[in-house]
Amino acid sequence: MTQTSEFAVELRDVVKTFQTPEGTTLNAVDHVDMKIKNGEFFSMLGSSGCGKTTSLRMMAGFEWPSEGEIYIESKAMGHTPPFQRPVNTVFQSYALFQHMTIYQNIAFGLEMEKAPVNEIKTRVGHILEMVQLTGMERRYPKQLSGGQQQRVALARALVKMPNVLLLDEPLGALDLKLRKEMQIELKAIQQKVGITFVYVTHDQQEALTMSDRIAVMSKGKVMQMGAPVEVYERPNSRFVADFIGESNFLNGTVREAEGEYAQVYVPALNAEVKGLNTGGVSVGQNAVVSVRPEKIRLSEEPALKMNCFRGQVTNTTYIGSDTHVYIELGGQKFKVWEQNKISSLDPKAYYTIGQNLCLNLFPENTLVLAES
Amino acid sequence: MLKRLRENKSAQGTLLVSPTLAWLIVLLIIPLILTTIISFGTRDADGGVIYGFSFHNYMRLIGISSDCDNGQATCFDPLYVNILRRSLSLAFWTTLIVISLAYPLAYFVARAHPKRRSTFLMLVLVPLWTNFVIRVYAWMMLLREQGVINGIIGWVAARFNVPFEPLQMLYTPGAVLVGMVYEFLPFMILPIFTSLEKIDNPLYEAAADLGANPFRTFLRVTLPLSMPGVVAGTILVFIPVMGTFIVSDILGGRQVILVGNLIQNQFLSARDPTFGSAASLILMIMTLIVTYFYTRKFGFGEEIVAV
Repeated sequence: MTQTSEFAVELRDVVKTFQTPEGTTLNAVDHVDMKIKNGEFFSMLGSSGCGKTTSLRMMAGFEWPSEGEIYIESKAMGHTPPFQRPVNTVFQSYALFQHMTIYQNIAFGLEMEKAPVNEIKTRVGHILEMVQLTGMERRYPKQLSGGQQQRVALARALVKMPNVLLLDEPLGALDLKLRKEMQIELKAIQQKVGITFVYVTHDQQEALTMSDRIAVMSKGKVMQMGAPVEVYERPNSRFVADFIGESNFLNGTVREAEGEYAQVYVPALNAEVKGLNTGGVSVGQNAVVSVRPEKIRLSEEPALKMNCFRGQVTNTTYIGSDTHVYIELGGQKFKVWEQNKISSLDPKAYYTIGQNLCLNLFPENTLVLAES
Repeated sequence: MLKRLRENKSAQGTLLVSPTLAWLIVLLIIPLILTTIISFGTRDADGGVIYGFSFHNYMRLIGISSDCDNGQATCFDPLYVNILRRSLSLAFWTTLIVISLAYPLAYFVARAHPKRRSTFLMLVLVPLWTNFVIRVYAWMMLLREQGVINGIIGWVAARFNVPFEPLQMLYTPGAVLVGMVYEFLPFMILPIFTSLEKIDNPLYEAAADLGANPFRTFLRVTLPLSMPGVVAGTILVFIPVMGTFIVSDILGGRQVILVGNLIQNQFLSARDPTFGSAASLILMIMTLIVTYFYTRKFGFGEEIVAV
């Protein structure tokens, strides 16, 4: 592989317009810019209809952009058909050839390259070993389990050693346990072969676990792009904070904004809340205060001089490792995840309904976002 | 009683197949046995059957004749062998032409927008709404000397002042072939369409993604996955074409005689049921042999999945 550019895939102002059945047009992908680095595990994360799959299909060449241009290895793809692109795809439905054995399925792509028979044999054998399917060569896809079929789909695309591997929700059809195993395995394979992976998923946990960088997408647009820790700890909007993980939100007006911190007056609490000014808000602006449920500390008496608010427990759910505590505060239900650090059979150890508690919102764990 | 039936799977099976089984025994198995017995008999002067065990009907069919000019005891008369050979080759060519016409059309319908697909399928079936015989007669109107086709060519020829002799198309093997292809085309389109429709779009995309151009995708993916349809269609076309006599009767006249016509003649005109029975059995055996070797090579048109 000769790498001429820092970027494996680049989307420049790409738009994909579809005709809806009602006769109107819809931008499934709406002016998207994306730069995917060589050797990166890059995920496109979003709910269905956010444009992630359409973006991937345009990279593969199954669809062509209505506007803008896609570059793969710095080459403008234009209307290059899929069979001439240096990328390969792992399909959500696996799309295995039912009339071919596992060996024939995997060898198919190499035969299309007109690779010598001996080389095909070696490479197929090698890749089967990597996905732990040695000995399955002569079986047919229908004779394999879902997880094994998934590995065949992966092997069939990987054996071609593409510069970029495109994966369209490849683990979507697997059960949870197998999914988690495959997540780890996929990541290990990616690191081993060093190929750029572009991964489409709607599962945020999956994206956070595996990716080097994530593009959070909604309605055809990229909302935020960054490392997992960035999108989780420093979401740039209420949408991202809400979509990835869970968050409590308070609406208000910025009263003070100095240096790293900002103070927001929240009418529902009739108080000011201090938090990190990650949204870059200024005085007088409307803002949203966002705090993750696991970052709130509960106490009988205030633990902080400010950012402490009293509320009543309305509900609790014991889920083993944590207790989910719901607290009524300023007419709003707050979610607080408390880790069960002590082992006790006494129900009182896990908070009780009606209990009056202090919610301590640490300013360094509280984010002030611009209202969108 | 009902409760016991509900628990007894094999009794349920027997109950489900018994009406058809009874039908088949009365109307297929028994007649077949009778036909076999009759075929070994000899014909009496009034067209009745003298039962016995004689192979002479079969000998006649394979061309060993005792009615010789040169005074020999037996000699070779190719009349019936030629009829059998003609039937076989006509069925072969009909099937081949039907496949080559039906496949592209089925592909087009299968790849059409789902909304338009049902319209196209209906159009394929429209000819079947008319009676089989009437459709064959329609071809007679087109092909005969004063028919539509000669009329059009004649009209064009007259416009350009070219001398034109009406073409003799009716009562030729070509006319029979055209009629057969026309009659049996839908029976090939439907099964091929069904198997093509089952090929999911991602499979075409996967092939392209792995580097196969459209031509190679067709050879390596589309064609093998649609073979069950081609096989089913071949069985549906080849077997009836082997036996039919209406098309050859109307479009072939006395010029193109097939096994079907031979059998019909023996029973209705020549009044030799013994020879007709023997010809029927030979036709059946020929069809079985061809179908056997064909399905052994390509399967019965079921899903190609080895278990």
